[in-house]
Amino acid sequence: MSDQQVDRSKRTWLIASTCAGVAGGAATAVPFVSSFQPSERARAAGAAVEVDIGSLKAGEKLTVEWRGKPVWIIRRTPEQLETLKKTEALVADPKSERKPAEFTPMESTRNEWRSIKPELLVVVGICSHLGCSPSDKFEAGPQPSLPDDWLGGFLCPCHGSLFDMAGRVYKNKPAPDNLEVPPYTFLSDTRLLIGEAKA
Amino acid sequence: MAEFKTAAANAPIGEKLMTWVDNRFPATKLYKEHLSEYYAPKNFNFWYFFGSLAMLVLVIQIVTGIFLVMHYKPDAERAFASVEYIMRDVPWGWLVRYMHSTGASAFFIVVYLHMFRGMMYGSYRKPRELVWIFGCAIFLCLMAEAFMGYLLPWGQMSYWGAQVIVNLFAAVPFVGPDLALLIRGDYVVSDATLNRFFSFHVIAVPLVLLGLVVAHIIALHEVGSNNPDGVEIKAKKDAQGRPLDGIPFHPYYSVHDILGVSVFLMLFTAVVFFAPEFGGYFLEYNNFIPADPLKTPAHIAPVWYFTPYYSMLRATTDFMVNVLVALVALGAVGAILKGRFGGGAKVGIAIAAVAAAVLLKTFDAKFWGVVVMGGAVIILFFLPWLDRSPVKSIRYRPDWHKIVYGVFVFFFLVLGYFGIQAPSALNETVSQIGTLVYFGFFLLMPWWSTLGSFKPVPERVTFESH
Repeated sequence: MSDQQVDRSKRTWLIASTCAGVAGGAATAVPFVSSFQPSERARAAGAAVEVDIGSLKAGEKLTVEWRGKPVWIIRRTPEQLETLKKTEALVADPKSERKPAEFTPMESTRNEWRSIKPELLVVVGICSHLGCSPSDKFEAGPQPSLPDDWLGGFLCPCHGSLFDMAGRVYKNKPAPDNLEVPPYTFLSDTRLLIGEAKA
Repeated sequence: MAEFKTAAANAPIGEKLMTWVDNRFPATKLYKEHLSEYYAPKNFNFWYFFGSLAMLVLVIQIVTGIFLVMHYKPDAERAFASVEYIMRDVPWGWLVRYMHSTGASAFFIVVYLHMFRGMMYGSYRKPRELVWIFGCAIFLCLMAEAFMGYLLPWGQMSYWGAQVIVNLFAAVPFVGPDLALLIRGDYVVSDATLNRFFSFHVIAVPLVLLGLVVAHIIALHEVGSNNPDGVEIKAKKDAQGRPLDGIPFHPYYSVHDILGVSVFLMLFTAVVFFAPEFGGYFLEYNNFIPADPLKTPAHIAPVWYFTPYYSMLRATTDFMVNVLVALVALGAVGAILKGRFGGGAKVGIAIAAVAAAVLLKTFDAKFWGVVVMGGAVIILFFLPWLDRSPVKSIRYRPDWHKIVYGVFVFFFLVLGYFGIQAPSALNETVSQIGTLVYFGFFLLMPWWSTLGSFKPVPERVTFESH
């Protein structure tokens, strides 16, 4: 160490100008980090989608794209609806009570079928674990990667999460939540608007 | 500042030139310090090839990468087609691309072996902690580089692999979803994501990687190389101050490494020419299908080099979190009853354990899966302080330590194997055991590494000339 006297005022100015420099640097970083956010074009692409479901027969599934994600529309058979009573005890959140604002934004879908009309299921086909799209496993009975008493539903191929015919996640699986039910509106009996709840 | 030197008037032109340069740039000094007068232990074995091989693969990746960028289009509409264009229409494009894709796998093979060498011979111990830490940072960068590069061909595996890994960040409590949005630049993996990953893959990460490689080597050359005996060669020097057991890197090891490079290139080119897909392990078959955001392939798995960590992610279910809570409780009770801590520290341990248990149960298993996966890599950084054995090299440790290392390697490979397989109950249980073994190996190291009877370490390295 030198034996020179510390010049207090010089030191104060050095500290002040260093702080100003750091603040300036941080401020400059803001626009760069912000440029990582979705662009205006990406934001605008989130509009609602209209679908004709007139030709969808019982037991069939239709996939449409909404905000870049697959949305499934399934007309469930009475047998498939019947399985929901049995899976009630097997699933983690049977009444859609977890994070309702995020996964079941519409009050009218927070029921045992997770849908407005019992037979017509509308869910986003993206697993709540890490975003894979689960595969259809509607056939009941023992199959590879599925329990022997399988009742029909969906299997996520990535990490093995299971969902029942209402998109409710089975207990003790990697996925924490049920499949998301997007906001939707029946424009008529055969026309569905996905992305907007009835005002 | 060095003194200004003048070459003799009758000196050869080469010497005059070097004197001119050395007065302006330390060329000769650098050459001596890092090559001709860098003394490396003379008892290096087979395991010491992998450092220079890693450097070779880095060069292969940079050179082939530069040529690939000349033809590749980072655009969601055109990326897949441009890769096929390279494969079919660009003269020799297939060779450059296969060298790059095989190079990625070769990089991880070489680096895993290089890291295991360091673990066996205690090359991370004092004074080489920073060499090890820079190395771990290189490993982390390499993982980022490989992951982002894998998105670029825009096949099904590229797309869904990126979707899964980016969604990992969404599991972080509170800021997660916004963070994932910031990484993707869109609500799903899309063109915006492809563009930024391209930028990171070809510019940002390679720059950091090169800087870290330089730091790794500067740190290594400052402290000197370790060796299979874990003996410090600098402790015994001759009259000129050169280590008695050291030999100059150039020409001895530069020539020696040519052998390693030759054997490596035989294997490397064999794969490039005869099995570039390597049975779906180096290039996954699903990646020959263009990315489809509406359909996940029936079986998705990361490329083989990520699978041990991917298994750990999959193993962390609600059940596993309960096991972890039980282990935290057990550890805390053990530390309080048996540990030699003061009363205050014991209260602290109890509070920390309760807090850890509460946190484990508060956040989703999904989040802890991400923590386990990240922690498995981050824990490597702490190895220099976890190992408390009185000797560096495995050669002079108790024989049962070799079994411990063997069990660790075995479970690492098992985790890797199950990471490729489809999910199943057996897979889950074995992965959970493997995860506990992996973390047990490191977290219990301060304890087990001190146990047993250690063998006497020789004064000088063991070496037989041939």
